[in-house]
Amino acid sequence: MLAIDVNRLRKQFKVQKNREGLKGAVLDLFKREHTLVTAVKDISFQIPQGEICGYIGENGAGKSTTIKMLTGILVPTSGQIHVNGFVPHKDRERFVKEIGVVFGQRSQLWWDIGVIESFRLLRKVYRVDETDFKRRLDELIETLDLGDLLNRPVRKLSLGQRMRCELVAALLHQPSILFLDEPTIGLDIIVKTQIRDFLKKINREHGTTILLTTHDLQDIDALCSRVIMLDDGHIIYDGGLNELKDRWSKGREIVFQFTDAVSLDRVNSLTAGLDVRWTKENEMAAKVWIPREMNVSDVLARVVSSAEISDIKILETNTDEIVREIYRTGSPEAGEGIRG
Amino acid sequence: MVSAYFDFVRIRFLTMLAYRVNYYSGIVIYAINIGAYYFMWRAIYGDAETLGGFTAAQMTTYIAVSWMARAFYFNNLDREISNEIRDGSVAVQMMRPISYLLVKMMQGFGEGIFRMLMLMVPGMIVAVLLFPVSLPTDPMRWVVFFVMLWFSFLINSQLNLLTGLFAFFVENNEGLMRMKRVLIDLLSGVLLPITFFPGWAKTLLEWLPFQAITYLPSSVFTGRLNGEEVWNALYVQIAWFLVLIVPILLMWRSARKRLFVQGG
Repeated sequence: MLAIDVNRLRKQFKVQKNREGLKGAVLDLFKREHTLVTAVKDISFQIPQGEICGYIGENGAGKSTTIKMLTGILVPTSGQIHVNGFVPHKDRERFVKEIGVVFGQRSQLWWDIGVIESFRLLRKVYRVDETDFKRRLDELIETLDLGDLLNRPVRKLSLGQRMRCELVAALLHQPSILFLDEPTIGLDIIVKTQIRDFLKKINREHGTTILLTTHDLQDIDALCSRVIMLDDGHIIYDGGLNELKDRWSKGREIVFQFTDAVSLDRVNSLTAGLDVRWTKENEMAAKVWIPREMNVSDVLARVVSSAEISDIKILETNTDEIVREIYRTGSPEAGEGIRG
Repeated sequence: MVSAYFDFVRIRFLTMLAYRVNYYSGIVIYAINIGAYYFMWRAIYGDAETLGGFTAAQMTTYIAVSWMARAFYFNNLDREISNEIRDGSVAVQMMRPISYLLVKMMQGFGEGIFRMLMLMVPGMIVAVLLFPVSLPTDPMRWVVFFVMLWFSFLINSQLNLLTGLFAFFVENNEGLMRMKRVLIDLLSGVLLPITFFPGWAKTLLEWLPFQAITYLPSSVFTGRLNGEEVWNALYVQIAWFLVLIVPILLMWRSARKRLFVQGG
């Protein structure tokens, strides 16, 4: 069954136009002018149950708007959404019982009361059975290491502590889908890693479907098997992370550390006949670029068999670079021309 | 589920209790207000026996009880809602399987109970000691008064919900909230009993919900309304409570459609 099914989804906002000058201000007072902004432009995608899907794009690409429609906060202008078989904005109160949501920039805990009080209140709000709640809470507290925070009021928690509590709050009612809007924003690397491991764990153990937006591509690398990339309201890529890397990576590079000094001519002769490019790093090291169609082992075999090597390093284009390239050019197609 | 709603009352009460120091000054402010109006009305009455159908003694009691009732029903739900809409946190609240508006009402009630215990009761004791306030002796009148006070809270909170929800439709509803606050104090009868308004205004006010907030319960408490009139006053309150549900729901529904979460 599909966890999320989105068809030709569109969202338009009416944005007030402020006219210039005193005359404009007076005119605005009587007759407002509006411009129509389309934030999400007829996107379609399907996410099966149990998948962790990354939803990425530049600021203002329409990510948050999509999440808000998927969680039933915003009503779409046109198109269909089915999440867990519900139309989110129609059947809100029943629908939200089955989902968990974490907004990195917004707290869903009550500011003035202790963390545990918030959890107890959420238990009642979601009508979670007392024994289920206890078991679930113990498990979450243990994996997220929250034991000593429980009695503190939320306003006295650090961002990292609060974020972990937010995750617990979103998962207490055991939702089958978890929406995360920039869950690791502003967190240190230790908390980030902890949260990533935790998300992987609940996905593995409970089959929770996770859709997350992020600007931190390491989140994507660590968690997602699939990526949807949004640009200016359009989906520009939807597929596996590895395919994205394969398709847009500019090949791989190998750095060889030789035992003796080498020249560019010498290394070029090692791989004569192969479509590779050498550059010299320093006296004893050279880097070779290999197009992605070619097997790394072919090049390795040639070099290793005829030269003394003390060290080898294989460099893969990382996701950051690929995505930066796509953002910069605006579409994956344009990226094609730049490669090579 | 119901217990979740009660938890919102309890938690708001505890939160208010945590900030109770703010409220010690409130007792003084309310006492000063009652005092100021008491002396003002004494000057206005002079030698007159009755004004606007009130004896001087009834007026004193009316002022004291109106301000004390205000301590209970007054809340800042409009401001809370409008702030939550403007900073976008209303989105988080709507992601819970629970009614946002009911939660707000419950939080207002938690605040009301707190104000009743911390402001109204001690304030009333101070007022009775300082001014010639005469309390009714008939226990039935007390019971009816507290029922009516409950409806005062409901109606006032409903008006607050309506005002707060306006933030969905305009970018800044600060002006509207201020106007509402002044209107309620003026037209509900806290500042001036409805009988003192000119005839046409009286007729108009009888058709507005404001008098149901202060004037009617205070009139019952001071003994200006008797027998059948008491029940009629209560019916007016109940009617307004029911009527006001309609615009709130309509507004909520259309707000949901045009909800624009700020910063999204």
